[in-house]
Amino acid sequence: MFRSNVLVCGGTGCTSSNSEQIIERLNEEIKAQGLDKEVNVIRTGCFGLCALGPIMVVYPEGAFYSRVTPDDVPEIVSEHLLKGRIVKRLLYQETVVDDNTTKSLNETTFYSKQMRIALRNCGVINPEKIDEYIALDGYAALGKVLTEMTPQEVIDLMLASGLRGRGGAGFPTGLKWKFAAANDADQKYACCNADEGDPGAFMDRSVLEGDPHSVLEAMAIAGYAIGASQGYIYIRAEYPIAVKRLQIAIEQAREYGLLGKNIFDSGFDFDIDIRLGAGAFVCGEETALMTSIEGKRGEPRVRPPFPAAKGLFGKPTVLNNVETYANIPQIILKGADWFRSIGTEKSPGTKVFALGGKITNTGLVEVPMGTTLREVVEEIGGGVPGGHHFKAAQTGGPSGGCIPAKLIDTPIDYDNLIAIGSMMGSGGLIVMDETTCMVDIAKFFLEFTVDESCGKCTPCRVGTKRLLEILNKITSGNGTLEDLDKMEELCYYIKENSLCGLGQTAPNPVLSTLKYYRDEYVAHVTEHRCPAGACKALTNYTIEADKCKGCTLCARNCPVGAISGAVKETHVIDTTKCIKCGVCMEKCKFGAVVKK
Amino acid sequence: MKYMKSLAELQAIRDKARAAVNIRENAEAETRVLVGMATCGIAAGAKPVLNAFVEEVAKRGLQGVMVTQTGCIGICQYEPVVEVVVPGQEKVTYVKMTAEKALRVVNDHIVNGNVVTEYTIGANAIGAK
Repeated sequence: MFRSNVLVCGGTGCTSSNSEQIIERLNEEIKAQGLDKEVNVIRTGCFGLCALGPIMVVYPEGAFYSRVTPDDVPEIVSEHLLKGRIVKRLLYQETVVDDNTTKSLNETTFYSKQMRIALRNCGVINPEKIDEYIALDGYAALGKVLTEMTPQEVIDLMLASGLRGRGGAGFPTGLKWKFAAANDADQKYACCNADEGDPGAFMDRSVLEGDPHSVLEAMAIAGYAIGASQGYIYIRAEYPIAVKRLQIAIEQAREYGLLGKNIFDSGFDFDIDIRLGAGAFVCGEETALMTSIEGKRGEPRVRPPFPAAKGLFGKPTVLNNVETYANIPQIILKGADWFRSIGTEKSPGTKVFALGGKITNTGLVEVPMGTTLREVVEEIGGGVPGGHHFKAAQTGGPSGGCIPAKLIDTPIDYDNLIAIGSMMGSGGLIVMDETTCMVDIAKFFLEFTVDESCGKCTPCRVGTKRLLEILNKITSGNGTLEDLDKMEELCYYIKENSLCGLGQTAPNPVLSTLKYYRDEYVAHVTEHRCPAGACKALTNYTIEADKCKGCTLCARNCPVGAISGAVKETHVIDTTKCIKCGVCMEKCKFGAVVKK
Repeated sequence: MKYMKSLAELQAIRDKARAAVNIRENAEAETRVLVGMATCGIAAGAKPVLNAFVEEVAKRGLQGVMVTQTGCIGICQYEPVVEVVVPGQEKVTYVKMTAEKALRVVNDHIVNGNVVTEYTIGANAIGAK
């Protein structure tokens, strides 16, 4: 029996900042101190507080170490693990109350407002050991379903729970299952959409890296409910850690007989295979995804027929998102009433968000639906760093829109976000401050959709391209007021005529920024000015004569020699030579360089 | 690994694996057992004492009991020293502990609430006899 557990985050974020080396070093040091029979080192999934990674938590004390480096390991082993003295300098500062007391992680502002259902095992178990998942009631939901419930009862429970698809559209999961179950066929499929493609979104990756079995278990439950015997997980090849852990999880589940023939001696067969996507954004769209699994080029097709009638290989198919599945075992075990007691009436449960952009606590959070944006950004997220102010948040990535600061008290759920012109999306939440230009943001997302448009339908292929051209014209200072109206008209045209969700939602970033920040567009067009100072073509760097001390620092650092001036005399920037790199502004110690 | 055929088999794996992960939920435990593990404690044999506590607590499946180390409290001649903290009660300090004594402390004190007076510092202090 191990007296101490050392949990090290093995999510993609912490892995890229050396958590693998930390684990190796830990094992070496623990062995050297003769503690290898007493201390267990566990590689877990994401803890959520990615901004402070690599993260290590030592139990039983629950000491939360942040920004650990491999060189800190010998001290942690000899001080904490051997002698029981917590290494205070490495503790997450918020958990330190005074010299001798620390508070639990659940009392910190980052964690106290969160509620973890989909992420409940992330950062708690070793995702590569099925026994640890089983220890925390894993596969008990599948057992219950197969031994105590009929498929119809499972569907009724899902309908009663009110669970809605976490991939973004929010379609009721139970309804999807009901339709697929009603269609008779010799073969049906239960599939998982793990093709998370929004820039800034990493919720599904984290679930698969931290708790892959919860998704497998839920897929088997879906298979039982609709009468499918085969499942596919479509996951992008850019997620190597998630793919590897899924493979391990599938093998372990097969060895235990939790996947395969005659599960729990119930006569129910279900198996799962992985299909790797090559990273096309359009393959997150359900019909394109299934076409890709079939081995064809990933292009969407017209719906109806919907997948529940004719899906993968022309058979009835249920396709749910990773986070949706991760909720299901808990709903089966705890019941629909429990689930409905969380969140809002029309959007029960929780939602995972990937916080990114101009925010202190970059990371992964799970909050009950109905939590306000203010709570997520200012309390859990720790606010905007660097003394800047919250300007807007983008939800739903390239398919969503922005939520301006004046709507920061909006409770987040599916319907509220649609009402204000954004959408839930899969859960990327990008925070912007006053230095972000909203026209530039719209352009960024349009560049993405232009790249990712599959080209099958004209409104999307040509329309988004034209839209981007107008945006480029505006940000380079050549736009006209008519362009704004033309752009708006084009947006509605694309929305109404595109074949699939990619095109239908692509204009959203433009429409929502036009709605809330039209004055910024107008400033670009009529005054040739970028209020946020982000559009290079419209900003000029100048040196304020009264503040310049003539220290020559800017001139010496200018890469193109655009700054002239003698020592102790006011310097001048030659705007014709200036490439607007901003080095002078960064280097100036007197704040004399300004961007206008 | 074996191929399971019934819920009972799943339950058996669950119960067995449960003890290994329990420790991660006991950070807010009510009862705390602190084993002195400074150099003096380790030299006097605190490690087997610590391990005995950990194993006994796990074996009995006790919830809400955290076994952890602490530093030197300054009475090195009495090491291994173990402190048992139960909320609402005065802290009890056991001295010159062994693995066998640890088992009795778990049984008598932690489970049944009876302090093992003969192991405490009061009974063992110089001049007490």
